[in-house]
Order: sequence, then C-alpha cells, then structure tokens
Amino acid sequence: MKEKLIFELNSVYRDNMRIKGYSFGEGEESACIVGATRGNEVQQLYICSRLINIFKQLEHQGKIKYGKSVMVIPTVNSHSMNIGKRFWSTDNTDINRMFPGYNLGETTQRIAAGVFENISSYKFGIQFTSFYMQGDYIPHVRVMQTGFEDIELAKDFGLPYVYRRNARPYDTTTLNYNWQLWETKAFSVYTSATDKIDVVSAREAINAVLSFLNKQGIIQYRCHEGFISQFIEGHSLMNVKSATAGIFIRHADVDSRVKKGDVIAEIMDPYTGETADRVIAPQNGIVFFHVNQPLIYSQTPLFRIIPTDDLV
Amino acid sequence: MIETVASVGLPIDEKLMIQKNRLVPVNGLSGNEKRISIVTGTHGDELEGQYVCYELQRRIKENIECLTGIVDVYPAINPLGIDSITRGIPGFDLDMNRIFPGLENGSMPEYIASKIIDDLSGSAAVVDIHASNIFLEEIPQVRINELSRDTLVPLAKHLNVDYIWVHSSATVLESTLAYSLNVIGTPTLVVEMGVGMRITKKFGDQLTDGILALIKELGIWNGDVITPKEPIISEDGEVSFINAGKSGVFVPCVGHWKNVKKDGHIGDILNPLTGEINERILAPTDGIVFTLREYPIVNEGSLIARILA
Repeated sequence: MKEKLIFELNSVYRDNMRIKGYSFGEGEESACIVGATRGNEVQQLYICSRLINIFKQLEHQGKIKYGKSVMVIPTVNSHSMNIGKRFWSTDNTDINRMFPGYNLGETTQRIAAGVFENISSYKFGIQFTSFYMQGDYIPHVRVMQTGFEDIELAKDFGLPYVYRRNARPYDTTTLNYNWQLWETKAFSVYTSATDKIDVVSAREAINAVLSFLNKQGIIQYRCHEGFISQFIEGHSLMNVKSATAGIFIRHADVDSRVKKGDVIAEIMDPYTGETADRVIAPQNGIVFFHVNQPLIYSQTPLFRIIPTDDLV
Repeated sequence: MIETVASVGLPIDEKLMIQKNRLVPVNGLSGNEKRISIVTGTHGDELEGQYVCYELQRRIKENIECLTGIVDVYPAINPLGIDSITRGIPGFDLDMNRIFPGLENGSMPEYIASKIIDDLSGSAAVVDIHASNIFLEEIPQVRINELSRDTLVPLAKHLNVDYIWVHSSATVLESTLAYSLNVIGTPTLVVEMGVGMRITKKFGDQLTDGILALIKELGIWNGDVITPKEPIISEDGEVSFINAGKSGVFVPCVGHWKNVKKDGHIGDILNPLTGEINERILAPTDGIVFTLREYPIVNEGSLIARILA
C-alpha cells in the first residue's frame, strides 16, 4: 500500500487539509474509488476505509493482478466532515459541483482540480455519493446519460439495479460526469445510508466493488457475484408525493413489494394526532426510494416505486 | 394586490408562500398592458433587492396615475432562506438558482421553481436582483449570457448600472432562473450589486432610478425618469480575476470601483498568528476594481477582486 498526498490546502486557523489516496498494485491506472465529497457522507467514508483495509490484505496475498493498480480516496472534504457540515466549511459550496476544477480558481475549484488531475486517467471510476434529499435507497449503481455510459458494464457490480438518469445542466460539474467526458468508465454507487453507518448495505457495496474489479481482471477475489441487475430509467419510476404536510409515518420499507391500493404511509396532523392523509400505492411495485424524515412538506416525493406486474 | 404564486404546506401549522404584489393602472386593465416583473430573494443572504422592491413600489404608488402597465414585484422567492439567513433552501441545502426551470411533479423546491417560471413567463422584461454574497462587494452591474446579448444589452442600458458584463455561456448556468426564462423568450436581466447580508441604499436608489427608466422605455410608465448613466460594456477577455494564493486575513488598500495600475498594491493577506504578511496582492493589469473582497478571512483560492481592464 502506498499513501499519496493528492492535494493539500493550507489554512491559517486550522490544520492543513490533506487529501490522501491509497494505492495498491503497480502499472496501469485501472480503478479509482472516491468516497465522501460532502461532509456528512460518513457511510461513504466508512466503505472506502473498509475497502482500503481489504485491498491491503489482497495486495499482501498477491491478489492485485500484475500490471494493474487501484487507488482509493476516502474523502476529499475532511475539513467539512470534522465540523459536521455537508458543504465546504467556509463558503458552503459543493466540491461535487466543481469538477473538473480550476487550479487558479476559487478554493473548491482548486480542490476539485487537484483531485481530478490525479484521477482523470483511470480506466474505471467508482464514486460513493449521496442524494440531496434525506432518504433510503435500494443499493444500486447509477449512471448518468452522457452518451458515454456503459449499462452492461454497470451490471458487473451485481447490485439489484442499474439506474440511468438524464444529465441535467447542474450535473455537468459533478465528478461522475467529468470522469465520463475524460473517457473513464464512471459509476456512482448508492447504499442505504449517508450520515450514519449501515453495516449491511456497506458490506453489500464493498462486495459489489470487489466483484466488479474481479470481473474486470484487476483483482483476484472469490465472492458471491450478486444479482443479475435489472436496468431501470428515471422516467420509468412512479413518484408518490405527499398531498399534505405533517408527521410522516411510513409503513413500507425500501425493497418491499407493494400492491395497488396499499396504504404505504400516513401523514399525521402534528397537533391532533389524527390521520391527515393516507398515502396509497398507485400501482403494484417495489419501493426503490423513500424519504426518512419524520416531518415532511406537502408536495414532497415520498416514495419512488419500480412498477411491476406481480400477478403471482 | 398581493397574490400567492406557489404554496406548500410545512409540517407544523405553516405554509411556505411565494408571493408577489401586482401594481396596476388606476383605471384598471384593458388586457393589452405590458408587464414587468421584479424578482429577488433567490439566495437568502442577498438582501439588496429588498430595499429596491420597497422603494420602487413607494415611488410608483406616489405617482400611480403614471402607471400604464403592470408591475409585479416578487421580493422573496426563497422566503425560508431569507428568514433563516440561509443562502440556499433550508432543509434541502440546495442553491435555488440551480434548479430552474423546475418540475411540477418534482421535489418541493423543483415544484416551486416551476410555479415561479409559469408566473413570470410572458413578462415584457424580468429584472432578477442579486447581491453577490457575504464575501464580495459588487458595483451595480448587469450580467448577460452571450447567447442573449442582442436582446438584453439594449434593455440593460436603461437600468442605470455602472457596468454590463457579457459573459460566456456555461452549461451549469442553464439551471438559473434567468437562463430558463430567456430561453422561453422572456427577457431577463440579472443585476448584481452590493454585498450579502447588507443593504447599500445608494445602490438601491441607483437601480430603482434605472428600473423606472426601463419601465418607461417598455411603455409601462409615463412619469419622469432620469437619463440612465452610460455603462461600461465588456466581455470575459477584459476581466481579470485575482484569487488568494495564501490563506489568512485580507486587508484591502484600494477602494471599490477605483482605477488601479498594473502591479499596483491591492491589499495584503496577513497572518495574525505570526504577525507577517502571507501575500502581497498586486494588480495584474491596469483597470477598475469592480468586485472587491468584503469578508476578510480567505483560503487559498478565495476570490479577492475582479478588475476590468
């Protein structure tokens, strides 16, 4: 294992921020794995630290393939993690909206540029990231539609779903999007948690990464190869929104099957305790996402459901 | 007449409401009047537009007989942000000016954004007032995407600003309110002036004079207006950026909107721990300082100034 200082930001009032990468094997820059870009992405940090520990063992056992190398960057934003802020500690900008960066630009542009300069030539790029709304997902691989995305390759992670979404203008400054423009095969892996550690979904994500790297001939690793992934697109999911605001009492979990007409949540009046609204499944399906906040606004997308026939 | 453009229930006994005030001619509407919309409060820490909304309406109401069209004033399209001194949308940590044109079936911020676009669409002009942020002070200026130059520069000249900056197009900016409106044919001018969390009355009065001149030009007002000042118009190549090379405390030694010479002293980045100067900031070119660092603490890369050559 080699520890590499990817970027260092000097500070007057705090210790310097050091972004570190841990590399394994020698030769082709085969795969780069990036964890937390936001200060609350604790699960993403945890997964990367576990992966570093595993790669260290694999390297010791000679199971990083000859001529291949892997690098893991557990976090690019330790300054925000250390003070519990999601975005950059001083100006609240999002490092994952600054790629490919600019080394003469503003602070977070320089951080992004310093990171990207070190990771843009890898063959495969894997990012553990999070969604702006607080909620739980079925673990899945997400690819952005850029014209360079590779759905079949994404299935090699063996996660239950490969999800493709249209890139919007504000996505064009994310790491994933820019990796793809620089011809890295880029994938974002979502697990069930962000600001807490969910060991079960973390283990599933770690296994998916190891399985993927094994199938690409980068490491030698025997494991269960996971699922035959189902490909879904953003527009094919059903959004179930809240008609009223209040206390959100959820009855359906992620990955659970729901039938048309099921009461999948209730909205409780926060003063009287009465049921203000019942949230009904509009069709048969599988819960792909649900919010996990106890208090919700009206107009909030509470669930995203993968439609199924479910005649059995 | 106060109207609600969008309303979303909050969890406990409160509604988030996006409101506008509509001023109309005393003799009512024939249906053929033009409409101008004044929008501000997208970022909760930018308050300069609040004074403009007040002052513009005060002046119009004082001479309401001069109003020949519709003036819609939207003082707060991110009201929770203003109330909680939060730049983005509280609860989502989203920059509201990166979610337009919104999505009626999307999340709460996207839903609100779509309603705002629907309501503003069709205006003869929209003036979208920003105030930099807490870190930088800006001279009153209009920023125009080069794609909309031909339509917007003639309108911007009426706004009585010191400077019009025609900047290059960037895909990420396609999520802004102004881009989303311009692309559907509603001319939208972005004004930047002053500094975050403050109101600079002088700038507010200057812009109010300009908005009245613009609405007169559009045929919405027939009262007296000033002759707008002739703005400097420039493109990206004429703007130099100065970013901090070191962290520390920035103390300027030039004034805002002042001429500087190449290699002239702009300020210093100080180290309060060692008592030393970490970096001496010099002007890279002759020009005018139109953006100047207001918040003293800087990291490597923090923007110190922009100079118009």
